[in-house]
Amino acid sequence: MLRPNDTKGKLIVVEGIDGSGKSTQIDLLYKWLLSKGYSVYFSEWNSSALVKSTTKAAKKMQTFTPATFSILHCTDFADRWENSIYPLLKAGVIVLADRYAFTAFARDIARGNDPEWVRDMYSFAIMPDAALYFKVPLEVAVERITGSRAKLKYYEAGMDLGLSENYEESFALFQGKILNEYDKMIDEFSLTMIDGTLPVKEQQRRVRSLIKRILVGFEGLPNPEKRGIAVDNPQARIKAKKGGK
Amino acid sequence: MAQIGFYGAGFPYRDFGKLSGKLIVLEGTDGVGRTSQINMLRHWLEEEGYAVADTGLTRSELTGPGLDVAKSGHMLGPTTMSLFYAADFADRLENKIIPALQAGFIVLSDRYFYSMLARDSIRGIEKSWSRALYGIALRPHLILYMQASLPSLVQRLIHGRGLNYWESGMDLHLADNFYDSFMIYQTAIIKELEELAKEYNFVTVDADRTPLEIFEDLQRPIRLLLQNRLTKSERPF
Repeated sequence: MLRPNDTKGKLIVVEGIDGSGKSTQIDLLYKWLLSKGYSVYFSEWNSSALVKSTTKAAKKMQTFTPATFSILHCTDFADRWENSIYPLLKAGVIVLADRYAFTAFARDIARGNDPEWVRDMYSFAIMPDAALYFKVPLEVAVERITGSRAKLKYYEAGMDLGLSENYEESFALFQGKILNEYDKMIDEFSLTMIDGTLPVKEQQRRVRSLIKRILVGFEGLPNPEKRGIAVDNPQARIKAKKGGK
Repeated sequence: MAQIGFYGAGFPYRDFGKLSGKLIVLEGTDGVGRTSQINMLRHWLEEEGYAVADTGLTRSELTGPGLDVAKSGHMLGPTTMSLFYAADFADRLENKIIPALQAGFIVLSDRYFYSMLARDSIRGIEKSWSRALYGIALRPHLILYMQASLPSLVQRLIHGRGLNYWESGMDLHLADNFYDSFMIYQTAIIKELEELAKEYNFVTVDADRTPLEIFEDLQRPIRLLLQNRLTKSERPF
């Protein structure tokens, strides 16, 4: 299971199915916290430069199996965890994560992996101080995604599960499975539910009031100039470019 | 929930049916001469009329290039590196080893996840975490362990391909030169492998002998396996 937070920092994560509006909310939260003078770092799911070259190639070739898909996403997470998230938390930074281990627990298990195996894999990570779950009805999320984007990608649509030949139909079925997994986690991990159908501004008001409470008495790493944090491993970026073609 | 024949849950989303082949693992530290033994064993078994497939660690199409990139930059943390290897292992197991076993092949695996457990443990990774991760692993029919002493390893490597960065564990900053680092690192690796040998029922072969003698020692348990005559202590399960 996830360890308790043993750092001086605060970890805030947003979760929800595609099209739930969580990225909009975390972006607004980031800007707000920065303006308040906190040291804030933002980390996005599946964004480690090094692992990207591998996942990109595999996605193109469609060679993922549920197990390799799961392990590689955890590799990506571990890379961000070891190189930026954990050291920054230790330094007293507020880390905002757009998707966290719960995404893996939902998606990987919807793909048929063993729930305990997936949970054990992420047991080096900590329990967030706040885990916000943006819940929207399946139809709303599907409409938001299929209405706004040109074409769904193979894995995004869950085509590897063989649920349907049709991308949009497969996407809806896959998201439905993920939604089920999220719902099961609300109690297990005390996720805070936010109604993703409310106006953006109202959602943000709720998010801020919740985070305010979490930050009572929190000092953290001072940031008088209100600057963002760019933790990047330039070497990793160069190597990934070279290796990733 | 364990899948039949696996250490843990295996791949619960797939039913592999009957695996009629045999999985034989050759374990042993760097420079112990595994590759040449695998080649000899392969020739021998093919002459005997068996279909043989061999496979090595970290050579899958999926993560091979990424791992090479990672290794050349030295900036991956221990957990990340461990997971990268595990992804590669899963890919090889699911897409190469198991299909070959389904087709009735004898699969000779140049190392298996036991080596990963050893290197992870030395890098401070929790043992229970690594073991849970490799719950996807299929139990082999036979695990052969080539046990070598440190002096014979050094001799072989220095007169062969030389000491390299990773085999010397230079990433751990144990010493300021390859030789001292190699001695400390390989001592620790061998110690880990010895413990794993007990835990997983390795069949140990003395690798300080000549290649031909080692080969004959390796043939013996394989013959027994193929005649279904391995004793309980020689079987991984």
